[in-house]
Amino acid sequence: MMNYGTQKNMALTGEPPVQLNKTQKLGTLTGLTGLFILLLATFNVQFPERTFWLSGSLVLLSAGILIFSIAAYKDKTAGIKNDGVWFKSLTSRGYLAWCLGIFLTLFYIVLYFYPSLLGLRENGVNTGLIGFFDPLSKFLSGNPASQWFVYGVLYTLAILTFGIKFILKYRHNRYEMIRTISVMFFQTCFAFIIPELMARLNSPDFSLPYYDLKNIWPLNYYNFDQYRIDSFISSGDIGLALLIFGIISILIITPVLTYFYGKRWYCSWVCGCGGLAETIGDPFRQLSDKSMFAWKVERWVIHSVLVFVVLTTTATIYSYLSYDAQKYWLNKDVFLIGTGVTLTLLFLLIWIYKREELRKDARYGALAYLSIMIGLILIHYLSGMNVFIFDAGTLRTWYGFMIGSIFSGVIGTGFYPIFGSRVWCRFGCPMAAILGLQQRLFSRFRITTNGGQCISCGNCSVYCEMGIDVRSYAQKGENILRASCVGCGICSAVCPRGVLKLENTKKSDQRIDPDAVLTGNNPDLLDLLKKNQ
Amino acid sequence: MKHIVIIGNGIAGITAARHIRKRSDNRISVISSENKYFFSRTALMYVYMGHMKFEHTQPYENNFWESNRIELVEDHVNSVTPSENKLVLRKGKSLDYDVLIIATGSKPNRFGWPGQNLKGVQGLYSKQDLELLEKNAPNAKVCKHAVITGGGLIGIELAEMLHSRKIPVTFLVRESGFWRNVLPKPESEMINRHIRKHGIDLRLNTELSSITGDENSCVASVITNHEERIPCDLVGLTAGVSPSIEFLKDSGIETNKGILVDSHLRTTIENIFAIGDCAELREPLPHRKAVEAVWYAGRMMGETVACTVCDQPVAYRPGHWFNSAKFFDIEYQTYGKIHAEKTAQEEQLYWESEDGNKCIRIAFEKETGVFIGMHALGVRLSHMTIDRWLTEKLMINDLLPQLEKAAFDPELFDKSLKKAKAHFQQKMIKLQF
Ligand SMILES: Cc1cc2nc3c(=O)[nH]c(=O)nc-3n(C[C@H](O)[C@H](O)[C@H](O)COP(=O)(O)OP(=O)(O)OC[C@H]3O[C@@H](n4cnc5c(N)ncnc54)[C@H](O)[C@@H]3O)c2cc1C
Ligand code: SF4
Ligand code: SF4
Repeated sequence: MMNYGTQKNMALTGEPPVQLNKTQKLGTLTGLTGLFILLLATFNVQFPERTFWLSGSLVLLSAGILIFSIAAYKDKTAGIKNDGVWFKSLTSRGYLAWCLGIFLTLFYIVLYFYPSLLGLRENGVNTGLIGFFDPLSKFLSGNPASQWFVYGVLYTLAILTFGIKFILKYRHNRYEMIRTISVMFFQTCFAFIIPELMARLNSPDFSLPYYDLKNIWPLNYYNFDQYRIDSFISSGDIGLALLIFGIISILIITPVLTYFYGKRWYCSWVCGCGGLAETIGDPFRQLSDKSMFAWKVERWVIHSVLVFVVLTTTATIYSYLSYDAQKYWLNKDVFLIGTGVTLTLLFLLIWIYKREELRKDARYGALAYLSIMIGLILIHYLSGMNVFIFDAGTLRTWYGFMIGSIFSGVIGTGFYPIFGSRVWCRFGCPMAAILGLQQRLFSRFRITTNGGQCISCGNCSVYCEMGIDVRSYAQKGENILRASCVGCGICSAVCPRGVLKLENTKKSDQRIDPDAVLTGNNPDLLDLLKKNQ
Repeated sequence: MKHIVIIGNGIAGITAARHIRKRSDNRISVISSENKYFFSRTALMYVYMGHMKFEHTQPYENNFWESNRIELVEDHVNSVTPSENKLVLRKGKSLDYDVLIIATGSKPNRFGWPGQNLKGVQGLYSKQDLELLEKNAPNAKVCKHAVITGGGLIGIELAEMLHSRKIPVTFLVRESGFWRNVLPKPESEMINRHIRKHGIDLRLNTELSSITGDENSCVASVITNHEERIPCDLVGLTAGVSPSIEFLKDSGIETNKGILVDSHLRTTIENIFAIGDCAELREPLPHRKAVEAVWYAGRMMGETVACTVCDQPVAYRPGHWFNSAKFFDIEYQTYGKIHAEKTAQEEQLYWESEDGNKCIRIAFEKETGVFIGMHALGVRLSHMTIDRWLTEKLMINDLLPQLEKAAFDPELFDKSLKKAKAHFQQKMIKLQF
């Protein structure tokens, strides 16, 4: 650190040609016009033909983004487009980045905690921005809009339009293009259209909860809340099927797919949070913190969130189960003992088979977490008093507030321009934590490195949105097996020497020994090293 | 405990330091005046282009050196006195060593062109060169036109850099095509097309004759061997590099082009070694150069010398040649021997994609059919697979059926090797092999 000051003063901060061309300016103008109409609506300007103005504003917004993107890439040859990333104010934590960050953060605060400012009226007709979206919502689901509907529309639009931008940007890379089409598809159909249509099926005696099928517990931590379970069960076969799907998603589908493909099948091909990060968040991917310290914080925070969500869900389910074993086989006792046994078993399996692969702090962490969970269950069970010392409702409320709203929304997305696009996925998402454990412990997925070809340039590390120091592995010729890697493939794309390859073939070429000699070097060295060991 | 002093904190010096630390408890000092911390020279271009910040080029966190007990000395070595095991530093101090490893790298060639010392004439090698470039060519307003001379790897990198800031570039190449002394004609032509597609004014068969200045001794124009005058504000000299060894003039260490070393990388003095760009092998391996100024050679020499210094002498005997580069958007990888002009003893197979942006070339011995080399543009190849084929001296007829195993392109990409294979197998029938 000592010499940092002098380094910073050196004139290595360039002055890039960042001026927008004419078409890009036109795109910006178009998009801003669309945004301006939405802003007017937010401030309760009354539009005569709401359907017309709403469609108009959304079309202008999308057209603006598309015109801008096409203008940005059409005259450039296919290839990596990172020129000037660290010179532009928006993408290098400059003034514009802070403005955008603050705007987004405020937007999320209003969205989560003060939806009435956006015009939400619980009893009565919506006004403002939310009222502006009523026609579209009624058209789709038959109900008036809510703040979540407005958010959903804008979210989907963002993934679609910026998805196209991303595809144009990476048009030389088929992995990136197909992955992005997948993300766009899942967001549009699964997260947006299907749940809206499902809502159409609802009647007074048949009411499915709003269910984005690709949203798996623990990402949707509320999936097993009482009201949802009640409505699943009361909705006959379809409801039951959905409930069962919810359970097997996490217990069977997830581990199987992760075994074959790594966590990327979810995090960068399906998930909506990932989708947003990969599309609109792409210009900010380089801002993730690559330090060892950040990695340490990441491991502790994300696994704490996982423990928190398991605890919360257990307590919540427990709270509405009955004591009576006669009435229903799954009573409070069976559930609690079952959960305790499952967790212990999982832990033992990992400990017995995979202990060698865990770092020291991971071992301590795992032990500590298991003790907490089992301890709480035991205390509760033996004393028979209030659920888990804390009340289930309180726990659930706190989780929803701290993790569901503040972390995933306000910090996770609002801070894109400051901390990078995957802060939530890296530090907060309990789903990513589970998939990450699976990926680290038993998946076929890994990033292989191409013999001795790495020149330590660092492009891969800079553009890894998960803050993985990819170079530190690649320059040793080591495979990259990291719990947090979402398989976005960008490290491989930006590598100027073709060193990195995402793979899920059977592991025959596994090279995770950092002390081995790199391909291309003297074979005698290899023998010598072996002798030493 | 020995005191091992390393001059130069590039890839060669730093690899040596790291491996010595792994193997021993010796005291290690690394001297450099370029930058306190090791950085990746190969990434300098990305700093100018705004892909990275300078600190991103440093592969290790700043506390790495202290925690590994590698002392960093920010100074320049003015001279070495082997008889006293002593170095004299620019800031006035001197330093004693038990073992000295010289890893001082290269400096850009200057061939004595008239006007080569004008303001605005520069090479691209060090961090300081990059800072100078930032001054000479911050944007297209200050630098309205640039001329680059020297059609090699650094030349094309400099062209790409300037192009990223929309500075018009004229690129003078002495040969009949870009890097034509290394690339066969079709490959070289592919890159020529690609360079021009980016709007670079590529002049083949053209050399720099002289550089003229204005009244402030700034560059005004260059004159080519075709007597053409090209007005410009920047002249990039990228006609190769040579070992940086002037400070050894009076040391008694024997030098030629570089510092002469034996197979154990030892100089004429028992406790002094030389590695990386600055070392010249007395007995280079067959088909290999005595000075190999590439990243990988520096790294491998660093690893090797670390063993020797830690009392486990190992000869420097690198495996099969490999290298890679990127020409604007087109990646290049090469393994083994591919000659720019096919020799009488070899046969070559060549495949090019329909769009003319990708190609693969394989070479084998005419007599025996033994595989001797392979390179590709726009297609990633697997180093480990090809290295194994070279070691096994695989026959071309056994290689072709499994050609796809050499693929390293990302998933879901076009299967270039499959296409190439079909093409090659037909070719082989014609060759009656
Ligand atoms: C722009 C550019 C791009 C390149 N790209 C590639 C590539 O893609 N692939 C590839 O294989 N190779 C590439 N190379 C070549 C590669 O970078 C070099 O071969 C490699 O860096 C040499 O490493 P080294 O450790 O021998 O020397 P250097 O990296 O040159 O390090 C030597 C250090 O010693 C210091 N030094 C010199 N003399 C003294 C002294 N008297 N006292 C104190 N310190 C001193 C220098 O300041 C320097 O810091 C590139 C080179 C450049 C310039
Ligand atoms: S390591 Fe590579 S594939 Fe994994 S998250 Fe980082 S950039 Fe994406
Ligand atoms: S981008 Fe490629 S060459 Fe550069 S450090 Fe990463 S793996 Fe190595």
